[in-house]
Amino acid sequence: MLKKSHYLILAVVVLLVVVLLKLPAQTAGKVKLAISGLFLPLFGLTASTHEWFSEAREGLTPRRELLRQIERLRHQNEEQQIWLQQDASLWSENARLRAGAGWSRQSRRNLKLARVIARDPANWWHTLQIDLGARDGIGPNFPVLTSDGLVGRVQAVAATRSQVILLGDPDLRVSAVVTNTGDTGIITVSSSAPQENGMIDLDYLSGNSPVSPGQGVVTWGAGGVFPAGIPIGRIVDTRTKDYGLSTEARVKLSADLSALEEVWVETP
Amino acid sequence: MNWLESIFILAVAFVAVFLEAWLNLPGRWLGAQIDVLPALMVYASLRTGVVTMALLAVCGGLWFDSLSLNPLGVSVLPLMVIGLVIYRNRDLLLREQAHAQAILGVVASALQPMGTLFILLNTGAAPLLDWGTLWQLMVMAAGGGLATPVCFALFGRIHHAFEYPLSRQSSFRPDREIKRGRA
Repeated sequence: MLKKSHYLILAVVVLLVVVLLKLPAQTAGKVKLAISGLFLPLFGLTASTHEWFSEAREGLTPRRELLRQIERLRHQNEEQQIWLQQDASLWSENARLRAGAGWSRQSRRNLKLARVIARDPANWWHTLQIDLGARDGIGPNFPVLTSDGLVGRVQAVAATRSQVILLGDPDLRVSAVVTNTGDTGIITVSSSAPQENGMIDLDYLSGNSPVSPGQGVVTWGAGGVFPAGIPIGRIVDTRTKDYGLSTEARVKLSADLSALEEVWVETP
Repeated sequence: MNWLESIFILAVAFVAVFLEAWLNLPGRWLGAQIDVLPALMVYASLRTGVVTMALLAVCGGLWFDSLSLNPLGVSVLPLMVIGLVIYRNRDLLLREQAHAQAILGVVASALQPMGTLFILLNTGAAPLLDWGTLWQLMVMAAGGGLATPVCFALFGRIHHAFEYPLSRQSSFRPDREIKRGRA
């Protein structure tokens, strides 16, 4: 049987929960970051262990293999240098033409490499934590991407780490454009299988939209959070909605969200 | 060792929450992350008092929510209620039996996320739910069922290590004493 004191403890816990749930979003976010800060020593420990294992693995790699890797990377580097030169000339030409047309000047992307240190322990959200924070110049809503494409955006920022909300989470909507047709829509949670990590929906396309499977989808740039042109994925199939008034496309994400270890954060 | 046991339970909960966020493998292989907090709550409710249970529910729930997109505090109440229900009936439960512990772990691990989702949906949040959620609940329940007897075994060992050793009976029997000299 429960005693009077037990009911009192339960009442205190209920009161605490109600107070926490009723906190303003900003305060709740700060309290959350403060509590999750308790895990910093463990994050640091895992980072050190990871580094130690990497060093140990490197130590075990045969010299011949390392030399082969260096040679391959040297070739890749030379190739990239040539592309970079080509890119620089195209960039200056583009800037000249934009200036001639009276368009605003485009700036190059500033990217910062971040390591994924944790994932959302709850199964019903798609978020992760990275090891860059306000101290590294990271701010809320900064786009997060990999070399394959868009991953998500920064949701909350602490001093040394940030929470990233991933594509496919209900709290993240991205304006997107189909590269071949120029049709625009909004990236939303997959309506058929929201839990499926690699699939999302491109919604609010016009009813007579000519989009078809295989076409690429990139960020549109409207809304000011995501710059235009970041690859998102490829259309898998389409279906009409609302008695033919709009079209919805299923999109396979370019980036593999389930295997992220390192991501790039775009800073202004 | 009541206070020491409470500290151990909280320490294990802290590390467990961290591992749930850090280890991605169960999520990738099984499609769901296993939560150890309900298993720990089963242990706490069968072996400790209400204060330890409340501490585990509050600290464990807040630690879990702080690493998640969950609104802060949403995991606390389901843990506390599960703990209290088990605590209320603990004299009727076969708490020493591993199968009873496992069944309690399964039930607690299935009910805790359901309770959290119920509160989440009532706070206006829109968690990702579909038929796959049923699979996730099954994985979580099975994982919790396996974790509960492990928790009992782990804390049993810790308990044993910190307890005073039992005094052994001396092998000396006075009735078999050989008395030397003249009778």
